[in-house]
Amino acid sequence: MITLEAYFDYVILPILSISVMLVFIRLFKGPAVVDRVVALDLVITIGIGIITVYSIRSNQEVFLDVAIILALIAFLGTVAFAYYIEKQKDD
Amino acid sequence: MTEIILGVLSTGGALSILFASIGILRMPDFYLRLSVTVKASTLGVGLLLICAAIMFPDISVTTKAIAIIFFLIITAPIGAHMIGRAAYFTGTPLWKGTIIDELAGMYNEETHELESEDEDGDPENNIPNIAKSDEETE
Repeated sequence: MITLEAYFDYVILPILSISVMLVFIRLFKGPAVVDRVVALDLVITIGIGIITVYSIRSNQEVFLDVAIILALIAFLGTVAFAYYIEKQKDD
Repeated sequence: MTEIILGVLSTGGALSILFASIGILRMPDFYLRLSVTVKASTLGVGLLLICAAIMFPDISVTTKAIAIIFFLIITAPIGAHMIGRAAYFTGTPLWKGTIIDELAGMYNEETHELESEDEDGDPENNIPNIAKSDEETE
């Protein structure tokens, strides 16, 4: 019988780690700046998922506060990058 | 019973996050990458957060998880729209298989405002509306 803890440890977290690695390939390769911005946004979003799974595994609900702050930072970062990339073309 | 629900939800979330990352690596175009990434990652993280909300029997955790899901659902389309708009203005190339570009010639280059098709009277501005690969249908 597979326990839920072992399932989180040996299936869910490795899948999320592989996802972060694949996104990092795009982050380094990305031909345009906007590709890198989207990849960075996706890295932070997957980070929220990893924090959630870790807070389930370690029974510490405090980590969800960090997830809120990370969601805010991801949104502000994307909006700021978009704003300045759009301004850059004008000058 | 709860364990089965948690297993199904977490598996779905992890798999959709994996599909999002495969999509951002394999898609040929920036706009396709954006289209794949935003929806799938929001769904995946939302499912994982629902998992956490079920797992902890505390109402504060449930409230926090629902707040994060709500915030992600609100902000992900806004960020995706802004970065897609910036990419279109800076001239990120479309995929060669793109059939139609409905925004071509519609944006004012100076003020970055979108003009509607009915406002400009001369029909010359409507010609670049169709993408290059679809000219024979004109």
